[in-house]
Amino acid sequence: MPEYDVVVVGAGPAGSMTAKFAAKGGAKVLMVEKRQEIGSPVRCGEGISRSWLDAHGIKLDSKSVARQVKGAKIVAPNGTAFYLSEKMAGDEVGIVLDRIFFDKLLAKDAVKAGADLMLKTSAVGLLKDGKKISGVKVKSFGETRDIKASCVVGADGYESQVGRWAGINTSLAPRDITSCFQYRLTNIQHDPDYCEFIIGSKAPGGYIWIFPKDEDTANVGIGMQFTKLKDKADVKRHLDKFIQNDPRLKKGKPLELVSGAVSICAPIDKTIGNGVLLVGDAARQIDPITGGGISNSCKAGKVAGEVLAKSVREKDFSEKSLQRYEKGWRDLIENHLYRNWMAKEKLVTLSDDTFNKVITTLKEVGVEKMSTYAILKAVEKRHPDLVKEFQDLL
Amino acid sequence: MNKELDEFEIDITRCMHCGACVGSCPVNAIFLNEVVLEFNDDCTMCKRCVKVCPVGAIKLAGER
Repeated sequence: MPEYDVVVVGAGPAGSMTAKFAAKGGAKVLMVEKRQEIGSPVRCGEGISRSWLDAHGIKLDSKSVARQVKGAKIVAPNGTAFYLSEKMAGDEVGIVLDRIFFDKLLAKDAVKAGADLMLKTSAVGLLKDGKKISGVKVKSFGETRDIKASCVVGADGYESQVGRWAGINTSLAPRDITSCFQYRLTNIQHDPDYCEFIIGSKAPGGYIWIFPKDEDTANVGIGMQFTKLKDKADVKRHLDKFIQNDPRLKKGKPLELVSGAVSICAPIDKTIGNGVLLVGDAARQIDPITGGGISNSCKAGKVAGEVLAKSVREKDFSEKSLQRYEKGWRDLIENHLYRNWMAKEKLVTLSDDTFNKVITTLKEVGVEKMSTYAILKAVEKRHPDLVKEFQDLL
Repeated sequence: MNKELDEFEIDITRCMHCGACVGSCPVNAIFLNEVVLEFNDDCTMCKRCVKVCPVGAIKLAGER
């Protein structure tokens, strides 16, 4: 008899949501987290929208919310700014989180639902029974041991090992990788009511963000497409240069440094196997335009947990049974991911001049909704030649 | 660690243990055990890890 129905590797948002909904549905669940503290170190800009939270059973506490903002400010290379209200800005603005509390909140929900949790416990390999995954090998406080489980969930982030060990192809093309660096800067004079996005050659193939944490502190970060990187540490250098040239930020001092990478790929072909599934960054469920992953991770995690609870009742963790997860998360977010990946492939080719034209037009004519379609429609009248390039997105 | 991999150096004064190199490695040759980066024999010396590292913590031995 396996010790657990489900072992979840990684206690970030994707892992905790999966564990919570699986445990709620009656599964015996263990979460293992390699770090010594949930939510730390932070690897994130921390911006989310609030629209999806209720539907996914997430009740934010006051500690998890660092700042509520009015919307997003998109800044062109020439400094022209276009403001978007929260309603129009899509999935990445509205709330700036404190991940160190938010991740713990989600883990607490999972534990309340009945999940077990081990910290400082690294998964180092999968146990296999023929072609079926039958558990996970972990290292914890100097001890290596095997934990038998009917299903292993890889919620182990960008650097996911579970998928690779299970033979699921999660490899990324260089153009689908973004390298990131961020300071939590204090003593600055940003606009504390807007999440700011600076696009163009200041952050080739990506953008610079300023997400307010409070009146004089913000997460100031950069993401750059891998194929645009030239020298070693190019990412940090671009951000440092930007900060030095921005009078609002120049006197800022860092309270925290964050680095990492995110995938900006099209949806991958497969996220399940016999007795294994992937969720969140590990399943490459990141928005290819924003690089945001929290909402998608929570959405997919809920589906995964609910499917696993059913699998427990049916005593069936075969790939066929887990197909319900594959279909479930794709029904929710696949089209959006694919469309944004197509748009990203175009966006990374645009010149500063083009960005200036687009932002200036949007500022002047306005836009009904922050969708690729609405933006292209708004720009089309003034710059039909530009929109022609994007015809296949319309 | 095989002989070839002695050619990589990790600058621990720069490394943020973020896993950017791990997730970008096309052959899964890098393993991050919380704060320790290890390369294994599958490494093909493609140097994608050198380039993706946001802080430039990975370099070839002898390189400045």
